[in-house]
Amino acid sequence: MKLIIAIIKPFKLEEVKEALAAAGIEGMTVTEVKGFGRQKGHTEIYRGSEYTVDFLPKVKIEVAVGDDAAGKAVDTIVKAAKTGKIGDGKVFVLPLEEVVRIRTDERGESAV
Amino acid sequence: MTCSRSRRPKLLATLALTAGLGLGSLFAQTPPAAATPPAPPPPTLEQRIAGLEAYLGNGDPTVVLKVGPKDKDGNATIPAGLTTPSVGTAGPGHNGFMMICTALVLFMTLPGLALFYGGLVRTKNVLSVMAQCLGIAGLVTIIWWAVGYSLVFGKSFNSPYLGGTEYFFLAGVDAAPNTDYAFWVSQNVFSMYQLMFAIITPALIIGAIAERMKFSAIMAFVFIWMFVVYIPLAHMVWGSTGLMNGVWNAGASIKAIDFAGGTVVHMSSGWSALILCLILGPRLGFGKTPMPPHSLVLCMVGTGMLWVGWYGFNAGSAVAADGVAANAFTTTTLATGVASFTWAALEYITRGKASVLGFCSGAVAGLVVVTPGCGFINSTSAMWVGLIAGLVPFLACTKLKSLFKYDDALDTFGVHAVGGTVGAFITGIFATPSVNSNLSTNLKDVVGKTLWLEQLKAIGLTLILSIVATVVIAYLVKAVLGLRPSVDAEREGLDLTDHGEEGYIYESKS
Repeated sequence: MKLIIAIIKPFKLEEVKEALAAAGIEGMTVTEVKGFGRQKGHTEIYRGSEYTVDFLPKVKIEVAVGDDAAGKAVDTIVKAAKTGKIGDGKVFVLPLEEVVRIRTDERGESAV
Repeated sequence: MTCSRSRRPKLLATLALTAGLGLGSLFAQTPPAAATPPAPPPPTLEQRIAGLEAYLGNGDPTVVLKVGPKDKDGNATIPAGLTTPSVGTAGPGHNGFMMICTALVLFMTLPGLALFYGGLVRTKNVLSVMAQCLGIAGLVTIIWWAVGYSLVFGKSFNSPYLGGTEYFFLAGVDAAPNTDYAFWVSQNVFSMYQLMFAIITPALIIGAIAERMKFSAIMAFVFIWMFVVYIPLAHMVWGSTGLMNGVWNAGASIKAIDFAGGTVVHMSSGWSALILCLILGPRLGFGKTPMPPHSLVLCMVGTGMLWVGWYGFNAGSAVAADGVAANAFTTTTLATGVASFTWAALEYITRGKASVLGFCSGAVAGLVVVTPGCGFINSTSAMWVGLIAGLVPFLACTKLKSLFKYDDALDTFGVHAVGGTVGAFITGIFATPSVNSNLSTNLKDVVGKTLWLEQLKAIGLTLILSIVATVVIAYLVKAVLGLRPSVDAEREGLDLTDHGEEGYIYESKS
């Protein structure tokens, strides 16, 4: 099993969710986060005071999938979240040791 | 035990109140009971109509009654008992206008200024600024009722620096007009109108010291500051025997003019704010940690309220719904619109973007700069005032502040002190009797000639009084109470540490 963590542009969230659903991957956890990579922040000026904002708002998606579906899920996210401009984000794929569905006590691939 | 403990403060309060009220009646001027007066001669129809016509022009309804024997100065007197229904009565139009203006000036502070300043601070301090505005409103009301109004607008001291004791506890301040200040406005309305000015002036100071001064220290500072700076200054500029009341006091040593408070309100608060901010020192992390406004939306809402309320402040300073008020209303609008646009245009030229805070700052600067002159200048001059108001405070807030690195948190100095000073000076250049005939009596020899010099004298006096007094009061309060919260408290935010509340709770704490 894999845990896929994707950091994407906030306005791409809907597209990514729909693309994953169309690819048969259901369920995700979404967090509003801030961060920066190669994309520079912006400057805000309030009267005489100038502030550089380095951390930009992004959305973090976490999806747990079986080993077979991992490749397709990553491709789907990348395709849906891409704008081609700097700041599109990143996808991380991590090995996942165990998954438990709390309601039924199911374990492993059947629980993802 | 609990019963007697709770009763004692009540008893004390009752005693204090009784003493206050008793003193009040002591100062009330009750005329001595006279023997049955002779039947007064009835007024003629002409005299009665002249009284009504005086109402239309905001004039003195007793002029036409002065047909009696001449007094020692050679002026005709009013025969004993001769009066008309117009004498000693508030005129409904003028009086109604002034009640609305009074409410409008209060609206400038609550919630206008509270929102304007509240939006500019960080989330953790939004309530502290609002609490300070509310606290000042209450504190100043008590001072004003007890002695403030009398010390500004009384005349029993016959002094150019302070009023008198005759209106302590508002004794005798009732619905009849005080003709030293208005022929047609109830004195109680006039006193409440002036109270609103006394409230907003110290409230302006908190902009420079926001986010880093203890609530108790602010209240103590304001309490003393009202007596040392505001009350004497307001008497000097607006009191009938005032030192700098060029328009109404023929014996004024400084023949300056200040229609709605350039010196009294904006210069005094602005310069005091700078000094207090320097003594207090910058906020923790100033220059290192970003401290952007937490809500420019609140700030913009507050600015709109300030602008609307300012019509009460400026037009209402005519203390009548007359032609002078109409002119002040017009010049206020023009100068403010131009200043707001100018500030934002300067931002657009220098940085490529016109900001909401720029429009707001420009509007407030325009209101400040036109305040001393609004009832004395014509509409063309108002356009120039607006242009200057957009330019000079803009430079003060963007260049001066970064040059000297003082932490005037919300730009009280840049807007109010700089704007008020510039406004007071250019009023001396733009004032013209063509829009305000009151300038052609006591001031006919200075208006259009050396009035600017008189304005400079008034500016100098206001500056010295504000700066020296603030230094003394600030160090006094620092020695007794301390000025700043603890470092931990300042980091946590004054909302929690001073007031035990939070401005925004987005999620239930279940």
